[in-house]
Amino acid sequence: MNPSLFSFEGLAGLIFLACIVCTLAGALIATNTLRLIRAVAGLAMCFLGLSGVYVFLGSPFVALMQLLIYVGAVCTTIIFAVMLAETKAARHVTPRGKPRVVLAIIVSFVLAWALIQLGLNTEWPNLSGNAWEQGLGSVENIGTSLLTTYSMSFELISLVLLAAIAGSLVLARTGRHKS
Amino acid sequence: MNILTLYTNLGVYLVLGALLFALGFYGMARRRSFIGMLIAAELILAGASVNFMAFSRLLSPSPATGQIVTLFIMAVAAAEVAITLSIIIAVYRNYKSIDAEDVSELKG
Repeated sequence: MNPSLFSFEGLAGLIFLACIVCTLAGALIATNTLRLIRAVAGLAMCFLGLSGVYVFLGSPFVALMQLLIYVGAVCTTIIFAVMLAETKAARHVTPRGKPRVVLAIIVSFVLAWALIQLGLNTEWPNLSGNAWEQGLGSVENIGTSLLTTYSMSFELISLVLLAAIAGSLVLARTGRHKS
Repeated sequence: MNILTLYTNLGVYLVLGALLFALGFYGMARRRSFIGMLIAAELILAGASVNFMAFSRLLSPSPATGQIVTLFIMAVAAAEVAITLSIIIAVYRNYKSIDAEDVSELKG
């Protein structure tokens, strides 16, 4: 298959490349800027590109959840904390000393290299058959298995969320005094 | 392999996930403030979700499973962010700083 640049498949391929570039650029911004607010913006950009990648993986539902939860809720909450806790003095927090940064770069290069080699050189067995074409990955099927096969984990995860919300409210309230 | 049909290729997603994971690790080691570390942890979780989605779409006999795991990862990440941010605010109230080096009262 060798689509031309202006056919439907060619345009889809271009958009996919744009999503990948957006994701990686966002991740680079999120790890490398000095100001925290820019790092949060980079994180939002990374998640935006990632939701495009999820659309290409055939799941617009998860892509929309990604947008809603990560870009809409998580990034906004982090920005809220940055505004609360980042004082003028803390605004220019210097990164760690040079030897540690060099060590971090080396270790993460080795990690990336090892994971990429592992991913590309393994013969992954294809067990899918034509499960995707039968509609086993559709939203209806996700909903059904959330309430049958995974109902226990579904209930547990809502319990975890409830405990997290209550715990974070308690944590943020204690030690607060009238002034 | 044509560059415009890359989205049908499993390797691209695995490389993307590995790069996100490694960048998250790098940010975790490099940042000094707690919020920067939290952002790096989000990147690590995103790398894991990309792998789950790719394997579930392209190789798995039950494609719903990977998507459900990704949804669970999102829920756990949201809980993690809520807890971490309230801890950061509590730490900031006590130490007037979000630098991880400053919180060292128990250091011997």
